[in-house]
Amino acid sequence: MGKRVLLIEDEPNIIEAIRFILSRDGWVVETHSDGATAVEAVGRKRPDIVILDVMLPNKSGFDILRELRADAEHESRPILMLTARGQKKDRDMAEAAGVSHFMTKPFSNSEMLEMVRRLANGAGEGDG
Amino acid sequence: MLRFNILVLACLSYATLLFVVAFWAEKRAEAGRLGWLRSPMIYTLSLSIYCTAWTFYGAVGYAVRSGLEFVTIYLGPSLMMIGWWWVLRKLVRIGRVQRITSVADLISSRYGKSTTLGVLVTLLAVIGTTPYIALQLQSVALSFAVFGVNDPSGAVLPDLDKTALWVAVGLAVFTALFGTRNLDANERHHGVVTAIALEAVVKFLALVAVGVFVVWGLGDGIGDLMAKIDASPVAQHPIQGTRWIALTMLSAAALLTLPRMFQVLVVENSDESHLFTAGWAFPLYLFGMSLFVIPIAVVGLEVLPQGSNPDMFVLTLPLHSDQRVLATLSFLGGFSSATSMVIVAAIALSTMVSNHIVMPIWLSVQDKGGVTVSGDVRRVVLYARRLSIFGVLVLGYLYFHFSGGSEALASIGMISFTGVAQVLPAMLGGIFWRGATRLGAILGVVMGFVVWAYTMFLPSFGVAAGFTPELLEHGPFGLVLLRPQALFGVTGVDPVVHAVSWSLALNTLVFLLGSLFSFPRPVERLQGAQFVNVFEHSGSTRGWSHGFAEAEDLLVMAQRILGPVEAQALFQSEAAAQGKEGYLPDTTPDFIERLERELAGSVGAATAHAMLGQIAGGVVVSVEDLMAVADETAQIMEYSSQLELKSEELSRTARKLREANEKLTALSIQKDAFLSQISHELRTPMTSIRAFSEILRDSGAAGDLDAASLERFSSIIHDEAQRLTRLLDDLLDLSVLENGQVSLNWARDNLHDVIARAVNASTEGREGRALTIRRNEIAEHIAIETDPDRLAQVFINLIANVRKYCDAPAPELRIETRRLGGDRIQIDFIDNGSGIPKEKQTVIFEKFSRLTDHAKAGGAGLGLAICREIVTNLGGSIAYLPGQGGAAFRIELPRVRQRT
Repeated sequence: MGKRVLLIEDEPNIIEAIRFILSRDGWVVETHSDGATAVEAVGRKRPDIVILDVMLPNKSGFDILRELRADAEHESRPILMLTARGQKKDRDMAEAAGVSHFMTKPFSNSEMLEMVRRLANGAGEGDG
Repeated sequence: MLRFNILVLACLSYATLLFVVAFWAEKRAEAGRLGWLRSPMIYTLSLSIYCTAWTFYGAVGYAVRSGLEFVTIYLGPSLMMIGWWWVLRKLVRIGRVQRITSVADLISSRYGKSTTLGVLVTLLAVIGTTPYIALQLQSVALSFAVFGVNDPSGAVLPDLDKTALWVAVGLAVFTALFGTRNLDANERHHGVVTAIALEAVVKFLALVAVGVFVVWGLGDGIGDLMAKIDASPVAQHPIQGTRWIALTMLSAAALLTLPRMFQVLVVENSDESHLFTAGWAFPLYLFGMSLFVIPIAVVGLEVLPQGSNPDMFVLTLPLHSDQRVLATLSFLGGFSSATSMVIVAAIALSTMVSNHIVMPIWLSVQDKGGVTVSGDVRRVVLYARRLSIFGVLVLGYLYFHFSGGSEALASIGMISFTGVAQVLPAMLGGIFWRGATRLGAILGVVMGFVVWAYTMFLPSFGVAAGFTPELLEHGPFGLVLLRPQALFGVTGVDPVVHAVSWSLALNTLVFLLGSLFSFPRPVERLQGAQFVNVFEHSGSTRGWSHGFAEAEDLLVMAQRILGPVEAQALFQSEAAAQGKEGYLPDTTPDFIERLERELAGSVGAATAHAMLGQIAGGVVVSVEDLMAVADETAQIMEYSSQLELKSEELSRTARKLREANEKLTALSIQKDAFLSQISHELRTPMTSIRAFSEILRDSGAAGDLDAASLERFSSIIHDEAQRLTRLLDDLLDLSVLENGQVSLNWARDNLHDVIARAVNASTEGREGRALTIRRNEIAEHIAIETDPDRLAQVFINLIANVRKYCDAPAPELRIETRRLGGDRIQIDFIDNGSGIPKEKQTVIFEKFSRLTDHAKAGGAGLGLAICREIVTNLGGSIAYLPGQGGAAFRIELPRVRQRT
């Protein structure tokens, strides 16, 4: 079974694009689009990597990131943040909150895929 | 030759006439029929007591000794009357308002009712005036003697001393009778004033008659006289500038400070306007009195034997020519001059002595169980004053008796003038300078008095007072700097000029310094304000009607402190509470207490208590005093409220600046947020477009994409590209609308048609959820002048919102239109969904304020912002209408274009 990725994103077309790209590479893609229950979803699904959007309904990606990092279980879970807000302060904030990697939208498909592979491999083997 | 007994008879008849006139005037005054007795002419004539025996007899002697210099004695008061009438007016006003009874009272009252000052000034006045009274007695005695010498019958002559004594007694009786007739010390002495006016006429006529006789009887008319004057030694005296200036100033000051002048000028004044008449009439009188002085002097020197006393020329010239009637008239003129001066001086001095020395002593002796203002006190005042009159005349007589009356008339007059002039700095400072204090006044008066006594008064006694020629030459204890007539090494100055300038200069200096370096007590402040600002405080003197005088007093005071509106409201409400109409409630203790609390809020509890205490329960401080304080307080409060206003203005400006700054900051933050938002809104479709286009590109190369996916991905790219375009359009639209640069295409249209077009546009080519739109098409037929396309755009937006957000199972939109008054129309869009939460209702019109997630909205959240801008540009408004069940928006528009 391929590695699992949890995509937390609310924009349907973007979800569809990422799902297509990762599935073709053998990933199991699960999605979640509500900010409020995102942390809970991560705890439940325990994915190999989380792809996190920032502008989510009800709770911002930054808050979700901070909550995950505050939890020992998700302390070292690879989290790739994708955001349309590409300002430096956003990147700084993400890094301060402990993001694994920060990418701005629009992204290059191959770069994104490469980053997902690298983060997932760098993280705990045998976790799933 | 005139028989001496006839003269005595004439004299007694004249005195009787004076009694009768005084009595008659007093009766008329009592009956309230004063008539011409209160005319400005009587006032002017009463001022003529300035011309005493010194002027009547002495001026001629003065001219013989010093030439034209005697003119200064007339010049000073004339200049004062003409040029400084405003000083007089102020004095008169203060005198009336403050019920001033004498110079001592004025000074004492001004400086906080100071007892010390009252005593000081009284002493100064008595010491300064006593020689002057003696002088009058002497002149009367001398004139009798002149007749006696010439008496052909060889009747036994009473000696000078006895004559003087009898004259003094007679004057004392007259003064006591008419000067203290009224129990109230403040009453004016109409009898005395009328008698004095008569005497003024007599002495004027007498002097003019003698003058005419000298010029045309003894001489040969004016031409002859001029020749005689040129040849006379009288014309040989040089004019000394400093002496002229000093004497003119001195006699000007005397008009204000001589106790008798103050008495007639201020105390007896019944009407301020009389000053205007006196302003020209009195100088004219003085001119008449001085006109014949030189001729009499010149002719006297020529006609009369060597060694004749020039002070008696006025009398001896007619006698020499055996003009009995004229001589008698002249005698009566001199008698009038002397007696009127003594009478008024005695009244003035006795008032001072009784009020400032006798009464305080009596009160302090009686100070057991509290003194009330009742009949017995008044009787004490009366007796004190009568006693004082006798005392003053006894002093005058004793001075005459012991000094032997050998001095030249003029020099005694000068000493007296200089003495009383020491009051001048404190007096003028007191009525023009609020900074003048009691300490300054005391120091000034004492300093002036001491210097005057040392340089002028005591030296006039010569060796008798210890002022030996040796002391005058070398100074006391060999201290050259302290030589009485060359103080501090100033030598070569005329003794009179020396004494006048040193005494007044040091007096003024000490007065100023003392005032500057001491703080006035509250009563002084109060009185200072009252005196200096007398014209502001005494505009009208109403007679209070006793029924409501108190309440009205309180109201007047309260208005000055609380302001008219508040005070009137307070009084009116209290009156209403008491069941009365108007503004004057009964002054019940409750009300006084309430008023006190109100006032305490403005001026502090202590002041409020004191003020009310005075009005409601005491008479120590007059109402006018309190008004002065109240005015002052009001001024201070006004000033501080101006300051408050200023600082309020400042803080308002600061607040505006802060707000502007905050606004700028907020704008800047908003701009950042907006850019960030736009960036996000643009990047989101871009992301999809890029991702799918890369997929298509890569798959195209690999060829591993099925046709369905290919088509789907392509259509996503297309949709997202359209979304981008729409977003850019909206942004541009909004930017144009917000900047007011939009060009509206105003046109007349039917509201129904506009709505119909919008509804059609919204439903056309749409699949998905059905939306029922309910309209009242009949009501929609309203002609409207607007931009129909823009308005339709608003409607389309609103309909689109319902489509997107209405969460009812069967979405339904109600469009209701109605006409309002004022040519306005109202259009409501109400759906049947769950509406917008209250906390979001305020932000929905902001840019990018999407309430739900992007997917559902499919827009950037600019719709309502654009709607608001359009409606505003069309001259209307749009608002969320709460409480309608679902989401509801209300648009209000003018029916016709509003041109601004």
